[in-house]
Amino acid sequence: MDYPVIKGAAYALVHAPNLLLSQGSTQCLERAKNPDSQYLKDLPGRLRCYQEAVNYAPNQVFIGNLHPDSLADMARPWYENSPQGRAEGKFGEIMAEDYFYGLLKICDSFDLVMLEQDFARQVREKLAGHPLFAADAAAIGDGAEEAEIRKRIDEQGAEALWLDGKLVGCVKRAHDWDVNLNAHVMLENLSVKASAVLALKNLLARHQVNPEAVDYIIECSEEACGDVNQRGGGNFAKAVGEVCRCVNATGSDVRAFCAAPAHALVQAAGLVQAGIYDNVVVVAGGATAKLGMNGKDHVAKGLPVLEDMLGAFAVLVSKNDGVNPVIRTDCIGRHNIGRGSAPQAVIEALVTDPLDKIGLKITDVDKFSVEMQNPEITMPAGAGDVPAANYKMIGALGVKRGDIERQDLAAFVEKHGMPGFAPTQGHIPSGVPFIGHAREMMLAGEMQRAMIVGKGSLFLARMTNLFDGVSFLIEANTGTVSGGHDMEAVKKVVAQAMRRVAEQLLENQ
Amino acid sequence: MDLENQARIKELAEKYGPENLVVILGGAEAEASGLAAETVSNGDPTFAGPLAGVQLGLPAYHIFEEPIKSLVDAQVYDEQVSMMEMVLDVDAIVKEVATYREQYSKY
Repeated sequence: MDYPVIKGAAYALVHAPNLLLSQGSTQCLERAKNPDSQYLKDLPGRLRCYQEAVNYAPNQVFIGNLHPDSLADMARPWYENSPQGRAEGKFGEIMAEDYFYGLLKICDSFDLVMLEQDFARQVREKLAGHPLFAADAAAIGDGAEEAEIRKRIDEQGAEALWLDGKLVGCVKRAHDWDVNLNAHVMLENLSVKASAVLALKNLLARHQVNPEAVDYIIECSEEACGDVNQRGGGNFAKAVGEVCRCVNATGSDVRAFCAAPAHALVQAAGLVQAGIYDNVVVVAGGATAKLGMNGKDHVAKGLPVLEDMLGAFAVLVSKNDGVNPVIRTDCIGRHNIGRGSAPQAVIEALVTDPLDKIGLKITDVDKFSVEMQNPEITMPAGAGDVPAANYKMIGALGVKRGDIERQDLAAFVEKHGMPGFAPTQGHIPSGVPFIGHAREMMLAGEMQRAMIVGKGSLFLARMTNLFDGVSFLIEANTGTVSGGHDMEAVKKVVAQAMRRVAEQLLENQ
Repeated sequence: MDLENQARIKELAEKYGPENLVVILGGAEAEASGLAAETVSNGDPTFAGPLAGVQLGLPAYHIFEEPIKSLVDAQVYDEQVSMMEMVLDVDAIVKEVATYREQYSKY
């Protein structure tokens, strides 16, 4: 059978300390409830500079310059022990906030972003020198006078854009009364769009994909764009594709909390395998609301505020090329509605049920990519080491099934797991951060199989108490391409026909 | 502790009386479980939710604790919870929850 392949994967981060202060939900709520709080006073002193964010080893893993396993050997805390890093990685890049404000303007179709004129000039020149945005930088324009920007903020509800304590621009509201189009939401949604553009541009450039070859785009972040009559109506996908000049593509948005990327990749695989489209991009931008989400715990415990990164990714799913790793569409895990939310039921549904379908054991999977949240962010906030807990659950189920011995549980976790390295941006850590690494390792012949597991906390929307999850298996390509036909079946039919001809010839003699 | 859950527990205590309630926790981590036990007994220590400054005095147990575990059908416990006993730091969770229960529970 011809399975679809992972033809490329790209990852991008945006260092966004000023958006953390102004847009992060924790900070916004604190300002509303307790504007004089000690937390708000201490927070600016705990923010990282851009180079510290670049050096931070988990970020280097995310953009492909370090392997996830390298974190296991690195002394903790990583924010004190990371070696020198690079802003450009094998899979993507880490963008500074001033560039990102310029990118917001490039992605602004409705003249909502105003940049101060000196800043506009500076960032236009910087982005003109960026290999992916040289052709777009002129769209930043000449900018506006600071007085005009202040007027929009003071009198018309615009959201300020700050940089190093200086006002450098604003995002205007898109409607006077519609809460879904107010300035805060517009900045949130433009940030999703711009960071997704950054990931998709990296994907197309790094894998030499002609934007015109993309047939369909599925966007799978956690924000919703729409107006008062259709909150979440969409469509980020097409908006992102437009900036990236994917002129032959259309697209749609898939929403499923943190599980959305896994859902989207399964859908992309289905569309390609069915022959509906040849090239489907799954892309997601980052969440400004989650910047500094656990900042109170980080500040209280004397850490830098590590949730200062917007995360984004893009994956290209294409027809079997005989080279790239395949998505085994006969090994899809799903947490069905009737399954119940007990951890054991969830792991069975997502891990062992799909493996059972194709006769594999959990030990046949080289690496599991689960919720890959960076433990250095989650542990001080009381949420534990999320990937480690997931690996233990998979191993514990293996013990219950008799696949592994109880005493081998720790060794299983070490061998088939890896340290978490993704920013806590909800959908971004959810299984997908390892796809780039897995693809590289399979192309290099260093790995046979990886399982991508996405989970989602649906209860947060207050529509259901149900949990959610989807998983799929990636496998090294066997190198055989059947061109849409099952060659084994064809060979059998030909052999049978030849045998019949031979038998008839013998009878005739 | 989740603000929505705080509101629900407060409502239940008002409706049924705190002396008639026991809170059963399923937290995956000692600190968070202890925080939940503290919140339903001595009030929300983060002063963020409806139980800020409200001392309901409710006793909280983790599902791993013997007095609760022994009430559950063994087969159901095996299907729903036993795998997690292999995964989580049971002793630390139980100790943390018991500490707050013994200190603040009124019932």
